[in-house]
Amino acid sequence: MQKKWKHAIVVGASQGIGEALVLELARGGVSVGLVSRNPDAMKQVISKAESLAASANPKPQTPNPTFISFVHDVTNYAEAPALFQEITRQLGGLDLIIYNAGIMPEVKLDEFDFAKDKSIIDVNVLGAMSWLNEAAKRFRAAGSGTIAGISSIAGERGRRGMPAYIASKSALSAYLESLRNRLSQHGVKVVTIKPGVIDTEMAKNSPLKLWIYSPEKAAHEIIRAARRGTTVKYVPWKWRLVSFVLHTTPSFIFRRLPI
Amino acid sequence: MQVLPVDHLEKIEGWGGAVSSFGYVYRPATIEGIKEIFQLARDTGRKVTFRGSGRSYGDASTGAEHLVLDLSRMNRITGWDPHSGIITMEPGVTIEQLWEYIIEDGWWPPVVPGTMYPTIGGCLGMNIHGKNNFKAGPIGEHVLAFDMLFPNGETKHVTRENDPEIFYSAISSFGMLGCFTSITMQMKKVYSGVMNVHAYTSKDLHDLFTCFEDYLSGSDYLVGWVDCFPSGKHFGRAIIHQANYLNEGEDHFPSQTLQVKNQLLPDTILGIIPKSVVWVLMRPFSNNIGMRCINALRMLATKLPIIGKASYTQSHAEFAFLLDYVPGWKKSYGRGGLIQYQSFIPKEHAETVFRKQIELSQQCGIIPFLGVFKRHRPDKFLITHAVDGYSLALDYKVTNRNREKLWELCYKMNDVVLEAGGRFYFAKDATLRASDFQAFLGEETIVKLESLKHRFDPENLLQTDLSRRLMREQQ
Repeated sequence: MQKKWKHAIVVGASQGIGEALVLELARGGVSVGLVSRNPDAMKQVISKAESLAASANPKPQTPNPTFISFVHDVTNYAEAPALFQEITRQLGGLDLIIYNAGIMPEVKLDEFDFAKDKSIIDVNVLGAMSWLNEAAKRFRAAGSGTIAGISSIAGERGRRGMPAYIASKSALSAYLESLRNRLSQHGVKVVTIKPGVIDTEMAKNSPLKLWIYSPEKAAHEIIRAARRGTTVKYVPWKWRLVSFVLHTTPSFIFRRLPI
Repeated sequence: MQVLPVDHLEKIEGWGGAVSSFGYVYRPATIEGIKEIFQLARDTGRKVTFRGSGRSYGDASTGAEHLVLDLSRMNRITGWDPHSGIITMEPGVTIEQLWEYIIEDGWWPPVVPGTMYPTIGGCLGMNIHGKNNFKAGPIGEHVLAFDMLFPNGETKHVTRENDPEIFYSAISSFGMLGCFTSITMQMKKVYSGVMNVHAYTSKDLHDLFTCFEDYLSGSDYLVGWVDCFPSGKHFGRAIIHQANYLNEGEDHFPSQTLQVKNQLLPDTILGIIPKSVVWVLMRPFSNNIGMRCINALRMLATKLPIIGKASYTQSHAEFAFLLDYVPGWKKSYGRGGLIQYQSFIPKEHAETVFRKQIELSQQCGIIPFLGVFKRHRPDKFLITHAVDGYSLALDYKVTNRNREKLWELCYKMNDVVLEAGGRFYFAKDATLRASDFQAFLGEETIVKLESLKHRFDPENLLQTDLSRRLMREQQ
């Protein structure tokens, strides 16, 4: 029996897909711990979430979900274990964690900047590991729970642009798959989300402007996939076809493509 | 802040399986161990929830993200006088351990619940009752003394005489004041390992009340099993079981009948079906149609000459622990589990209220699979559930689909109970609202409980999911 989610954590919750995810969860009556570097933006998201949750609650006698913000930089890895436990304590439990923190700085085609590349890996990969390892330990002990990681269609093949970003998403996808294979036997669902181009601040740096999707629609599909325990979810689904083409294109052709 | 080891994290369920939460479970075996957990709770900013065997149906022994102090390892019997029947024990001793320890000396616990697995500490926290509540009162009335460790670090040896306020509050206050560390109780002398049992039937709800009034004075134990399915002339029909102790000399072989091996529940049902698989066989009947048939067959069986024999002898354990006949029977309810809704109504209004409760259940199509009917008497404990009247305990199956509707039904029934001056019982509860708690206990009792809590637990360390749901200072 799929019991209703009551508590969730969204890491990277102040804008874009993260904000939309919090609001989508609020509509479903789920209490959320928001994690982000930006307290002001979280405050705004929380006020929207609270009014959404109140209007979506059909029964006045049932309490509205709560939304709590936690200011944290995901590259402070040492903070994650204690903060993770503090959030679960304040929420009163945990059913779902979504790692959505990610950066995609603009990288020129002739740019090979180690510091920039490292910062991408720090946030997109190591940050994810520091949070999701905590969740994995807890859910494994609990024998239930859902982990969702927001990877990207970008991680499918090593294209010319943004090598570190592509590598980071590829690494995240592999890490999530590995977690899934470790944890599924313990009743834990691990969901890899591969969005295409979502209409957010971050996507402004993306050279690709194909099938642009709104964050709200994306969040709706992500939560639905997480509820079902879908292993890999492309958002929107059309990207699965693209992924197939990308995977089947031989390298001698692929490296000649202007992408 | 200190990070708790994740291997202590466990899913903690109410016994009915309908409510659960995750907590960090610690199982200390000493008083020092309990003190360490109190300190750990302070260091990690967490609350502490006491748990024994986890036999409360609802959320009385669960605490979401709390340190759950499971006391089942503190289970030593530290003193026993077979001449006076006075026993001293730690709180994790179970009713099973207790009766098996004393019975061969000719003693039996004066009050036992329908299952032998709860711990004495838990029984005192809830001040449980048995099928002899009308005669023996709740378990607290048989306690001579106890030691309690409070979260403020104080320890007290409490008797009814030296500190009546704490005596009558600590027993019954659902683990909100402190931890029993030693309990001394008076057992009941018995002259045989068996009891005389009589089975009667009542044709409807009104008849059930009449029968109870008739049989009460001549009974040591009296209980009614109500079939909640029929409407019309069989509405509220029931089977009544009356049991009486044997007097001295009536049993010619007491040392044989008092042996533990002659008390044990049978390993098979009907002599052939192993008990461990019975819940699987029950599962297909765990729905309205199936249970309607089973209830009807039980009523019919009482009319058959051999199966339905009206008078027989049964061992104490067989009569008392009916819930233990089929191990894991609750699993037959499915993964949603069950809740038990029990209300205690003054005798003048009991029939009207119980009639209304069964009618409301039938109207919304969520019919209790079983109703258990008992007679009670008032007691002096602070959080008492007893009244001079009756209780009806209704077992409801919980599913994903009926959950919301069932809770709504319980809210409606709460209103009916409160209107009649009725009471509730936290060992069973999963559905009360904070306003119901307020109305049922009254301001004076709540203020008294709060002031004791301020005194002995000033940091509000002791909390459960139930107390957080109901108590205004924990919301």
